[in-house]
Amino acid sequence: MPGGTNSTEMTATPATRVLGISAVAATAPMILLGLAISPADVVQGEAVRMLYLHVPSIWVAYGSFVLTSFSSLLFLARSKRRPDGGRHYDRLAGSAAEIGVLFTAITLITGMLWGKVTWGTYWQWDARLTTTVLLFVTYLGYLALRRLPADPMVRGRRAAVMALISFINVPIVHYSVDWWRTLHQKASLSVGRRPEITGEMYWTLLYSVLTVTIIAAWLTVHRYRVIRLEELRDEENLEMLISSRRNEKTADGTGHGDTT
Amino acid sequence: MLAEVLLLARKDLQIEWRAKVALGQVAPLTLLIVVIFAFALDANAPLLELGAGGLYWVAILYGGTLLTQRSFELETEDGNIDGFRMSPMKVHSLFLGKALALFVQIGLLEIVLGPVILLFYDVQVANWALLVTAGVAGTMAFSVCGVLWGVMAAGLRVRATLLPLLLVPVLAPVLLAGSRAFETALGVRADAGWSWTSLMFVIAAVHTVVGLGTFGFLLEES
Repeated sequence: MPGGTNSTEMTATPATRVLGISAVAATAPMILLGLAISPADVVQGEAVRMLYLHVPSIWVAYGSFVLTSFSSLLFLARSKRRPDGGRHYDRLAGSAAEIGVLFTAITLITGMLWGKVTWGTYWQWDARLTTTVLLFVTYLGYLALRRLPADPMVRGRRAAVMALISFINVPIVHYSVDWWRTLHQKASLSVGRRPEITGEMYWTLLYSVLTVTIIAAWLTVHRYRVIRLEELRDEENLEMLISSRRNEKTADGTGHGDTT
Repeated sequence: MLAEVLLLARKDLQIEWRAKVALGQVAPLTLLIVVIFAFALDANAPLLELGAGGLYWVAILYGGTLLTQRSFELETEDGNIDGFRMSPMKVHSLFLGKALALFVQIGLLEIVLGPVILLFYDVQVANWALLVTAGVAGTMAFSVCGVLWGVMAAGLRVRATLLPLLLVPVLAPVLLAGSRAFETALGVRADAGWSWTSLMFVIAAVHTVVGLGTFGFLLEES
């Protein structure tokens, strides 16, 4: 909608400003809690502090992929019923997937650094590590599909189906520790199970999850807006091209435009 | 519906039989890969024997991806997919028919490659039942995933590079399970070969259900 005042065409609104300020304000206590206040681990020592970035990152990545799948499902369900083709669901799916890939990369990097300290090696062909890499590559493929030159609706529908299928991998990654014998420690936080850590470490971890979630939400909102702005730019470019071709046709006076 | 599935599978297999691409190009290429592995591993006999199951599935993964790509190129090059869309055939029949044709082609590739691995890598089969069942399970999973991702990349300009990028991560668990099951069947690893085989059946079943549910969306605008 060129010239409109839709919030998606702005790069900031009061709500997202609050979200951004909250993200920055929450990060400072997270750093303090993670690096200074929470105690060192009896076994792992100071290396355990990696937990406060590693675990929230993978949780946020999972959350982003859930959002991608849910938005993709809505896009598939409503794309034929709505006049705009439900494109906002497609945009939300794409922006959430990008943030999910970013946080999966952060999980892998922090995990490798943590592994070097605790296991003595950056990489082990452990079930969870391997499946996380596969998850990362799968969603890279999803992002590659989204960048292909094709009709936006065709591309969107294919990407939506791919997102739904790729999502099958998410529970396999998270529960692979339980399914296979593995070097990786048990999940620190798990729905319906007593946490493996307690006390200050537990609360620091929960606070870190909350903070990283706010950061991810803020990034997703802005990524969504940038995707929308890119679409508007493309639409305006197309309109300009059509208009210049019409002008050429009028200037020619013959009713036939230059076909070269 | 069964008649439609068989008809579509026969169509694909007849085209392949006449063109001889699978037999004349893909099979020799996978044989070459098996030989190249021996070069890469410095013809280390114990290592080749230990990794025979995994190397076999890597070669099949490569050959099968090429067959999947070809299966959909046939449909998109001459606009066959438009014909399907307009025909009274059910979308599910097309999905299952193409999966069946791919199952037969990949299966034949495996049958050709199997004896070569046994001879070149000097391995013995310790459990034929496990070997055959794991082969069938892996081929089912591969063919169903192949059709699902093949139609996803069909008609796009960069499908040659896109399909492997999309397909290989999805097939990685099949490769892992197939390798472990074959290593058990070849007696080089005491492992839960039947559990890995079951996993491949589960992957095949999940992708069949997802494929039947989503193939219509993908076919509509491919």
